[in-house]
Order: sequence, then C-alpha cells, then structure tokens
Amino acid sequence: MSRPLLQVRGLRTVFDTRAGRVCAVDGVDVTVEPGECLGVVGESGSGKSVTFASVMGLIRPPGRIEAGEILFDGVDLRQLSRRQMQAVRGRDIAMTMQDALTALNPALTVGTQIAEMLEAHDDELPRGGPARARAIRARAVEMLGLVGIPSPDDRLKQYPHEFSGGMRQRIMIAIALASKPRLLIADEPTTALDVTIQAQVLELIDDIRARLGMSVVLITHDLGVVAQHCDRVIVMYAGQVVEEGPTAAVIGSPRHPYTRGLLASIPRPALRGQPIRPIEGQVPELIDLPPQCRFHARCPEAGPDCLRPIEMRRVGPGRQVRCIRTPAEAGP
Amino acid sequence: MTGALLQVEGLSKTYVGRMSLVGRLLGRRPTAVRAVSDVSLDIERGEILGLIGESGCGKSTLGRAILRLHEPSAGRVTFDGTDVTALSPAAMTAMRRRMQIIFQDPYASLNPRRTVADIVGLPLQLHGLASGRAAQRETVAEMLEKVGLKAGQIDRYPHQFSGGQRQRIGIARALISRPDFVVCDEPVSALDVSIQAQIIQLLQDLKREFALTYLFISHDISVIGYLADRVAVMYLGEIVEQGPVEAVLSRPRHPYTQSLLSAVPKVEATARTDRVRLTGDLPSPLNPPSGCKFHTRCPLAIDICRRSAPHRETVGQGHDAACHRLHEGLSITDGGSAA
Repeated sequence: MSRPLLQVRGLRTVFDTRAGRVCAVDGVDVTVEPGECLGVVGESGSGKSVTFASVMGLIRPPGRIEAGEILFDGVDLRQLSRRQMQAVRGRDIAMTMQDALTALNPALTVGTQIAEMLEAHDDELPRGGPARARAIRARAVEMLGLVGIPSPDDRLKQYPHEFSGGMRQRIMIAIALASKPRLLIADEPTTALDVTIQAQVLELIDDIRARLGMSVVLITHDLGVVAQHCDRVIVMYAGQVVEEGPTAAVIGSPRHPYTRGLLASIPRPALRGQPIRPIEGQVPELIDLPPQCRFHARCPEAGPDCLRPIEMRRVGPGRQVRCIRTPAEAGP
Repeated sequence: MTGALLQVEGLSKTYVGRMSLVGRLLGRRPTAVRAVSDVSLDIERGEILGLIGESGCGKSTLGRAILRLHEPSAGRVTFDGTDVTALSPAAMTAMRRRMQIIFQDPYASLNPRRTVADIVGLPLQLHGLASGRAAQRETVAEMLEKVGLKAGQIDRYPHQFSGGQRQRIGIARALISRPDFVVCDEPVSALDVSIQAQIIQLLQDLKREFALTYLFISHDISVIGYLADRVAVMYLGEIVEQGPVEAVLSRPRHPYTQSLLSAVPKVEATARTDRVRLTGDLPSPLNPPSGCKFHTRCPLAIDICRRSAPHRETVGQGHDAACHRLHEGLSITDGGSAA
C-alpha cells in the first residue's frame, strides 16, 4: 500500500471541567488508506466524535489536544497555523455533522452555503466578475444534482427548512463534497433518518467515493451500517480503540469482549424466544480514570490482572485487540 | 390467549390547523392533517403487537389516541369490554390505571424538579392505591428494585441518572399502578445498543411477571422482529400490512414492507444484499397522494393505484395487506417488471 492518507498516532484530547479532567480520547491510533471506507463504532462517550473533531482542529477550550500526531498526507496538522489549517479544512478534509438542521445556516439559502465553500476552496474558478459567479452557480447546481436533489436549479434559492431531513443531510454532503475533498468524515450521517432514507444516503456516499476516489470515515453506532459499507472498522470504548481489523473478520469473529457484547446486544429476529445477553452496567465516567482496562468493570472475563494499562496487540492480519485474554499472534 | 384485550375500530385522528381571520372571512377551509386514518386492529391478551413505520407515519399518534391522550376524531377503542372512547374524562382517568404508556425520550418525560419518589409515586396517589406516605414510599422502593434500580436512589432527581436508568424510572412509573396494557412508544430508540438490550430484556421480564400486554411502537424492525408476536406496518396514517411476525418478516406482501425490510442494514450479510432503493421522500401528510398513498414511491405502481385506494385482504393465517397487486405474486426485489 502507498502512504496512508490519514495517520493519527497517540492522540489524547482532554477537557478540563470543574469535576476534574475528562480524558475523552486517550492514546488513539487511526489509519485511513487512500480510497477506503473506515467504520468507527462506539456508544455515546466512546470518543469517536471527539477523535475526528480533533483531526479537523475543531477542539475549543476547555478542550485541548494534549498529545499525539495527526498526519494528513505526511503533514502534521497540529503544526499548522490557524490559517493553514483553515485551508486544509474543507478543501482536503470535509466533515458532515449528525444533525443537518443545526449544522446548516437557517438564514442563508442552500445555494449561498454551497457557494461559500466554493469561494473559499475552489482554485479552478475564474478569477472574478460575472464569469466567476456563473461558474460558481453552475458548480452548485452540479453538486445538488450529484446528491440527487430534484430540480437543483430551483432549489438553490430555498432555505434549509424547506427541505426534508434526508434532503438536508444530502445538502450537507453536497457542501462537504463541493471542494472535492480527499477525505470525507461523516459523523453519524444517517442516525436521524428513517431506514429507507438512510439507505439512499449511504448508497450516495458509496457511489461518490467510488467516482471521486476519496476516502471516507463513517462514524456510527450501527454495526449493520458498518457491515454493509466499510472495508475496515475500529471499535472504540471509553476513549480508546479496543479492536481494529477488516470488517468481515471483526464482525465474524470479534476478539474483544466488548465487541462480542455489542454484537450479542443487537436484537435480531433470528434470536426470537432466546434471551439477549446485554452488557451489564454502563460506560464509566471518563473523569480521572485509573490506568487499567476500561471495560473490566463490565467484562465477564475480567480478572485482577486486568487492573493495569493494556496495550493493543496484533492478533491476525491487520487485526489488533486491546485485551490480555486474547492470545497474541505468534510473532515472526 | 383468551381473546382480544383491546379492539380498535376505524380509529382516525385529524389535526385541524388554525385559521386566520382573512381565511375565515373568505370562507376558506382550514388545513387538516389526517395523522391516523381509519385504523382497525386487535391486541390479544398477553401478546406483543409491534407497530412499525417511519417518522411521521402516525404510529405514536395512534398509540396516544388509543389511550385518549390525544382525543380520537372518529372510531372506537374497546378495552376489556369497555368502550373507552365513550368514557367521561373522570372515568377515563380511572381507566388509565389499567392502560399505561412508556415514552421514548427519557429526558423529556420526567419532571426534572421532582424526586423519583414523587414521579413514580404519583400514579399511586392519583388512583388512591397507597394508604399513607410511608406505604407509598415502600411500594415505590419495591418497584424500583423490580426495574433494576436501587431502593436507596428513591430521593434522587432525574438528572442524577443516566439515559438507561431514566428509562427504568419511566417504566416503574408506568407499571406501579399494575396496568394490564402498556403502550411502549419507542422505549429504546434513544439508548445505546448495550443499554437498549438491557431495557428490552427488562420489558420482557416484566411482561411475564405482571402478565402484561404491549403495543410496542418502533421504527426498528430488528427490535420488533425479536420481541413482537404480531406486527402492523403503518404508512402515512394507514396500516398497510399486519400479521404474525414470522410471516410478515419472511414473506412480506406489501411493497412498502418489502422495501422497509430490504433497507435495514444487516450485520450478518457482509456482502451487499440486493437493495431496493425507494426513490423520493415521504409525501406530506398535509397533501397525501390520491389512491394508494404509497404509489408515489412504489416501484410496482400502475394506473389503478393512482385512482383508488386498496382494501386490506387476507393473504395468510391472520395476515393481511392492502395492495392492488397482491395476487400477482410480485416482489419489488425482482424489479417489478416480472409478472
């Protein structure tokens, strides 16, 4: 493989609160290869959104990135000035938010919002004058058409509230894609949507990824979505990555007790009449956590030897797990 | 099973918009949304009827109209032999001891300024079920233990609990008056997967312990498929298909049910299944399509679907569906052209 498009190493993002220091992301490594779709799964508080908000440089006080490298195409984004980062954000990496209604500006037309993105990041546009305005308009129409909005010419003049939830999500994707980014980070793009609309939006993302050759990070809590759309997956728990590997392998034979618990928690028609086995307890508070396995309080396999820092270990081709109960692959 | 505990016949709920003065002077008709349209269904004693559909299809409104939390516009609801739609407000309040609801949002449905003792104890007071404060506290404490909370948490406020724990408080409040029938309105939709499984398990255990009957409203087909005995599928205020859950999930007959099932991303299938992509969005209920309400998105729609609304027809044991093309044996997964 060529050089990874995104490589995050040892990322630690903390929030200083009155109750104590919340370590929302603690030592996270993520790699995204060119053209791949990486799934990031975890429950609320797992740190999946904060990890990628850190990548985008969107962490504001009281939050701060305490340690780690964020290499995008070999450049450490943490070393960039605010202005340089502004150029990367949107042009090279774009992010869509879960809630399209609050992410879009209610006072501006959809056309204006797409044009803003193009103004800021598209270098191929004519320099000025009516030619530039025409080109921007044409590109905006093209983008709305690309995400499957009917009669895009007329709908450019409309405001976000005039669109349905699924269409707003697609408009946000259109804005994110307007500058042809190399990496799209989609944070729960379909959580607020109904299944039939969810299927449309995810297929749209697949389709555009194939056509533009970009990489996608799909942040979701839905393992079904990951199974059908992602090449690789990382599972996060309480601010750490606990399992990583090719999607089929991770879902087919999960190695971390948390991943197994998550899969066993999904109610399925095939399991009718059998009790589901939920994971007992709840996600720990992330304030001043001791350096030990974060899942041990809920883990059926935990023992006293889990009360120490646990490192990720390789357990197969491209597979890593943060659990001492899983035998490591015999090294060469 | 000993017969229907709850019978719903021709239930409708129409919300009428407010009219401006000018509109009234000009003799315009107010806008009306028919959220639930002529719905009939039976729920047997001891069963779980699952109600699925997408947002805006009217499933929550139906649940609330059954309990008269929203007054039905037409139709009748019979509960254990009593026509509850004919009850006086006072008699209806008394009847709610036996008919309860669990809400979706564990944050919005609990009064933040009341302690758990007050929230869960209120139904006891309303229905005169506790003699004295000490007895009431004791009953509440017992109920808390039954839903997996600690009796020692009785004096806490809702914000001191997590989402899953709050949902347990909502369940305790619904069950403390020992109802026979509970509307579960998306009780697990706002929860994380692992917490969702805990609550589903709890609802199943409590159903057995208290001999409950559930109307379980959800947009999540996996949850319904796991939990329900029978299922009803709603689209734009109407029930388009209903039947035993195995039959409906394995041999769905209505094209809407078929597309809904095929849209669910499944964990098992790593290979992409042949998906039917429904085009377009849900039409506005303000201005519903003519004929069959699904025809604007249906890949099988033909001329008659635009003109006349189909009636529900029996397609199997206890299984019916409303579609003009039921008997042509079509499935939208074969593209709809094969006949």
